[in-house]
Amino acid sequence: MAKPDLLTVAEAGIYCAAGDFYIDPWRPVDRALITHGHADHARPGHARYLATEAAAPVIRYRLGVAVETIRYGEERRIGSTNVSFHPAGHVPGSAQIRVEHKGEVWVASGDYKVAPDRLSEPFEPVRCDTFITECTFGLPIFRWQAEAEAMAEIDAWWAKNRAEGRFSVLGAYALGKAQRLLAGIDSSQGPILTHGAVENVNDVLRGQGLPLPDTLRVTPEIDLKEHPGALVIATPSAMGGPWMKRFGQASTAFASGWMALRGVRRRRAADRGFVISDHADWAGLGQAITETGATRVIATHGYTSVFRRWLEDQGYEAGVITTQYEGESLDAPEEDVVE
Amino acid sequence: MREFARLFTALDQTTRTNAKVAALAEYFDRAPEADRLWTVAILSGRRPKRAVTATRLREWAAERAGLPLWLFEESYTIVGDLAETIALILPPPAEEVDLPLSHWIAEVRQLAALDEVAKKPRILAAWEALGGTERFLYNKLLTGGFRMGVSQTLMTRALSKATGISEPDLAHRLMGDWSAEATSWEALILTDDPTARLSRPYPFYLAYQIEGAAEDLGPPDDWFAEWKWDGIRGQLICRGGEHFLWSRGEELMTDRFPELAAARDWLPDGTVMDGEILAFADGHPLPFAALQRRIGRKTVPKKVLAEAPVVLMAYDLLEEGGQDIREIPFGERRARLTRLVEDLPPEAPIRLSPEAAFTDWTGLATQREGSREAGVEGLMLKRRAAPYLSGRRKGDWWKWKVDPLTIDAVMIYAQAGHGRRANLYTDFTFAVWDGPDLVPFTKAYSGLTDAEFNRITAWVRKNTLERFGPVRRVTPRHVFEIAFEGIQASTRHKSGVALRFPRMLRWREDKPVEEANTLADLEALLQQYG
Ligand SMILES: [Zn+2]
Ligand SMILES: [Zn+2]
Repeated sequence: MAKPDLLTVAEAGIYCAAGDFYIDPWRPVDRALITHGHADHARPGHARYLATEAAAPVIRYRLGVAVETIRYGEERRIGSTNVSFHPAGHVPGSAQIRVEHKGEVWVASGDYKVAPDRLSEPFEPVRCDTFITECTFGLPIFRWQAEAEAMAEIDAWWAKNRAEGRFSVLGAYALGKAQRLLAGIDSSQGPILTHGAVENVNDVLRGQGLPLPDTLRVTPEIDLKEHPGALVIATPSAMGGPWMKRFGQASTAFASGWMALRGVRRRRAADRGFVISDHADWAGLGQAITETGATRVIATHGYTSVFRRWLEDQGYEAGVITTQYEGESLDAPEEDVVE
Repeated sequence: MREFARLFTALDQTTRTNAKVAALAEYFDRAPEADRLWTVAILSGRRPKRAVTATRLREWAAERAGLPLWLFEESYTIVGDLAETIALILPPPAEEVDLPLSHWIAEVRQLAALDEVAKKPRILAAWEALGGTERFLYNKLLTGGFRMGVSQTLMTRALSKATGISEPDLAHRLMGDWSAEATSWEALILTDDPTARLSRPYPFYLAYQIEGAAEDLGPPDDWFAEWKWDGIRGQLICRGGEHFLWSRGEELMTDRFPELAAARDWLPDGTVMDGEILAFADGHPLPFAALQRRIGRKTVPKKVLAEAPVVLMAYDLLEEGGQDIREIPFGERRARLTRLVEDLPPEAPIRLSPEAAFTDWTGLATQREGSREAGVEGLMLKRRAAPYLSGRRKGDWWKWKVDPLTIDAVMIYAQAGHGRRANLYTDFTFAVWDGPDLVPFTKAYSGLTDAEFNRITAWVRKNTLERFGPVRRVTPRHVFEIAFEGIQASTRHKSGVALRFPRMLRWREDKPVEEANTLADLEALLQQYG
């Protein structure tokens, strides 16, 4: 008789019966292990939260809950399982969760990115038998350029706008993407302003010791004339609204993996689209999966059915589980919750 | 091609008209002459023809990328554009080279003449030499469907800026039958070649849908009204003993509508008319479907000719006795047109679009209510004092269409969009009630705002009952008001009806699913308007 799966999908989310806990559950549960603080993974209402030390402050801030912490690589006994968290390279503090039970190892990836940036703890491959992987950008049309190249594009765009005396408004998620951009661009060029939702997360991350350049929160009181040619980091939702009016004839841009597609770039009606994602590209997914040594791979949010077929072609035992994670939606509510 | 790619990117990146014109004008100033000419050709719809089949391109790209064809196809579904899919899926180029646009167009034109065995290595070599946007543009040239998202009006404005030649002059020079291979920058743009004039049409004047209330247009006496015909806009030219029929898309349609050859027997040389091509029998227009059977056919079988004979419903006169009379006020042009057409015998394939006379706007509104019964889309309003302008402009011509037919329907299937909306569910199938069952009757994919598509996408993800490939069956929960222009019986649809131009008018979040319309309601509409 086949062994039951160590992790299964229950009503409330990904569940481990052997340890009686959930990973990133979407309905209230007793014990939740949280991979990272994005709104579709860290939800309110659970009795107990466990997250990495670097992920916990944002979760506490956003949800106002108590969070027990764990160090990367630290092993903890939960029920009859051994559980540990490992860097996922997605946002500061993000983790893959390794679960071991009677010699069998499963890893739930959460969201991850293989290529390093200048802020998040770099992704670490974890050997396992079964790997639950996200595949938000699980199609071969997605190929990210090197971090430095992408940041240089933003620097050049900002410099050009500055020369024309215009503001540069860059749309990015409040948690993760915004800070990664701040850490990656040439911040010596000029002043950097931030939308309140971005600055709130900046405050939390600075508080836990992450190095970020100086930024100034946009409030009704500040005199924008004192900051000509500033770079403004805003949430995508703020960019569509009246908040934008104060910046006049600003040049606008978005930073997202979706910007690889011309159609999506055009739909956003921004002047520029920078292809920068906190998720793995096609090659990154392939690399991560190979490095786990897993023989069974289960796809979650993204192009799951295509990705599953590809995995089967490659000789994996493959599956799909339907979750309620949202991947990198350009219009995700992620940043709205951070207000 | 780097310069051309820069232009393309600049145009693609901005929605501001002035920025587009500036980028184009700068390009027309700087680029090599041959490249400029090809750019004008491409922007006026004169693209090189497809040089290789899409099937081969897919195979070769998948093979080069080391991917199975099915995965290429899945990627294509998401991207929605073959040239872009190929550009994205191939590995980065080995060594990039920068050759002019005209070089790559010449290459593509040569390719067209080769057999497939010879084409393949040359296309693979080009992919190795071009990266990013340049590779995408090369693929666009290969596949023949290249559009750049710049209207001819904008292009002409930029060209005028770069050359100092007036916009109307340029617009007219760029009309009609010319090709970049057979002409030069000098001959086409800088000097006006008289031999090209014989078949050359005038730029069409296009109307907007009226925005406010009709009475805001001012005194009724200033305005002329007529039906808005549901056919194909056409410009009929009789010059030098020949006749030419042009579509609004500057396509020569002369051979497709042989009935109009008889116009030469009745109209004097040096006559140009603007009007609507209609399938027409016994003094009445036939439904658009009758005309549709003739669109896309190069030659027309006798049977179709007999069943759907066409006429030109003339509504404007642009040239008389070889004189361009577009500057004369519409009222006077219309009077001259009337004199010309009124006395034609019934066998002449020309009719005069009748005036919808009115003394007050309320009276005209009442006439407009009869549009659907008359087989037309509504009314056209034209200012009597206005000259014949070119391009789509506000002010002197307005469409005043009848309100569409509508029905409240339940969304039952959803499919992801592509291109602009690759990450959203945008293509929906709608059903009406038939007793306890929901019968699908139409698809629609436009009419919602991006914000609404975002919301419905999140909902679809969480309310999928079943998946069939890219299609998801969803819980029947949401009611949408579907608008459409016409309805006809159809044996190809389970519901027995086919709609014309269906789209989502409103998301009826206030309406419970039980209150959506029924098949009987749909059949009643078919009885009345079908
Ligand atoms: Zn995330
Ligand atoms: Zn996620």
